[in-house]
Amino acid sequence: MTGDRMAAAAAVPAIRIRSLCKAFGRNRVLDGLDLDIGRGESLAVIGGSGTGKSVLVKNVIGLMRPDSGSIEIDGVETVGLTGRARDEILAKFGVLFQGAALFDSMTVWENVAFGPVHNLGMPRREARDAALAKLAQVGLGRVQADRYPAELSGGMQKRVALARAIATRPQILFFDEPTTGLDPIMGDVINDLIVECVRGLGATALTITHDMASARKIADRIAMIHGGRIIWAGPAGDVEESGNEAVDQFIHGRTEGPIRTAVHVS
Amino acid sequence: MNAVASVGRATLNFFAAAGRLTLFAGMGAMHCVRPPFHFRLIGRQMIEVGYYSLPVVGLTALFTGMVLALQSYSGFARFNAESAVAVIVVLSITRELAPVLAGLMVAGRIGAAMAAEIGTMRVTEQIDALTALSTDPFKYLVAPRLIAGTLTLPVCVLAADLIGVFGGYLVAVNKLGFNTSAYLKSTVQYLEVLDVVSGLVKAAVFGFLIALMGCYHGYHSRGGAQGVGTATTNAVVSASVLILAFNYLITEAFFAR
Repeated sequence: MTGDRMAAAAAVPAIRIRSLCKAFGRNRVLDGLDLDIGRGESLAVIGGSGTGKSVLVKNVIGLMRPDSGSIEIDGVETVGLTGRARDEILAKFGVLFQGAALFDSMTVWENVAFGPVHNLGMPRREARDAALAKLAQVGLGRVQADRYPAELSGGMQKRVALARAIATRPQILFFDEPTTGLDPIMGDVINDLIVECVRGLGATALTITHDMASARKIADRIAMIHGGRIIWAGPAGDVEESGNEAVDQFIHGRTEGPIRTAVHVS
Repeated sequence: MNAVASVGRATLNFFAAAGRLTLFAGMGAMHCVRPPFHFRLIGRQMIEVGYYSLPVVGLTALFTGMVLALQSYSGFARFNAESAVAVIVVLSITRELAPVLAGLMVAGRIGAAMAAEIGTMRVTEQIDALTALSTDPFKYLVAPRLIAGTLTLPVCVLAADLIGVFGGYLVAVNKLGFNTSAYLKSTVQYLEVLDVVSGLVKAAVFGFLIALMGCYHGYHSRGGAQGVGTATTNAVVSASVLILAFNYLITEAFFAR
């Protein structure tokens, strides 16, 4: 590759979202959202409950179809893609779901080996060894590998889900509320593991969270979503001095401010 | 004015649901015939639908055959046509009762289980996780169940045919005093291949419908435990109604002159 082309490739963001709109009935959840995530960057989208964080990620992954707007992955428009082209994009992704979303009919190692077996065509025995290695990476041993997800604690399930998300060595990782429902210490363990995994893979990461401690730890850059748009984005270190009232209100958890939360039913 | 609006809304909802179901069925059927096939999953579903349904289907057929012999004997005795019992039993069982009753029993067992399993996978984001692991849920969840339902229910019904006729034979010979060889002879004498085949065709269609309803309602369930419960109920009720409706249509296709 020549120097020019390398520079051009580096300039294409891993994820580029333009004027993304998604409404449910009259409720416009995403209303012309723009967002760029550079290659190898770890971005956290923060925002209150029901502000469309999950909807944003579901649109990017392709679990939802946007009403309008554009989503480019590595410069390829993905809105409206189907079939094999869609699969090629999905193969680049690894997703950690909020509730872990482990397949409860399979054992832990089968969950982790699912991607390698079904997408990379790895033989089961080899996939089991690879899955055990991934599980070791997130601090789980052989004892847990042969159990079913329902037999594990919430923190362990999250770790298995993380191992499953990184099992196919994806280029882009999505973390949906990785610390929700965990105690602060276990939350921090997960944060550390996420940082380790993202660095280890050299992957691009998009995290959505309302946990500021988690956002600060995981992300290079933080973006705040409110009213269906990104209202502030900047380096993670600058979030305290954003100069944006809504961001200040959110990170300090105040009731008073520009963000109105319906406390009383009118 | 409001009454008219609600009629219109109900009509639109009905056609929207019919359209969604047709698209779902088409997608599912397409994935049934297009490789790759998940043979492990198909095999597991076939065992679930066929093997584990055999006891309940067998018992249903046995008692139906027995009661059929008793009823037709006491009824036909009024005009001295007791000799028709064997024919009545074998024709009713193979043409109608084995496929319909087996279909209804399996709808309760399998349709509910499929809707509950897929519905739970939906509300716990497991179906989203499948998609995110670039595995098509239609290929992985729906197609194996449709294939298993369509192929396995006819086998169940064939077994039910034999057991049902045997039930009739037991009652006729042991209780009603029929001669063994005469009963068996008249059972076979009037039975045509088409009688059995039409029952098996029904079974294949019913098997497809049961799996389709289980998958469809499970796939579209939402809202946690209650949503899964609703999906399960809807799967069983709609499968049962469709079985009865298609039973008429297929009978007409085969036997209406």
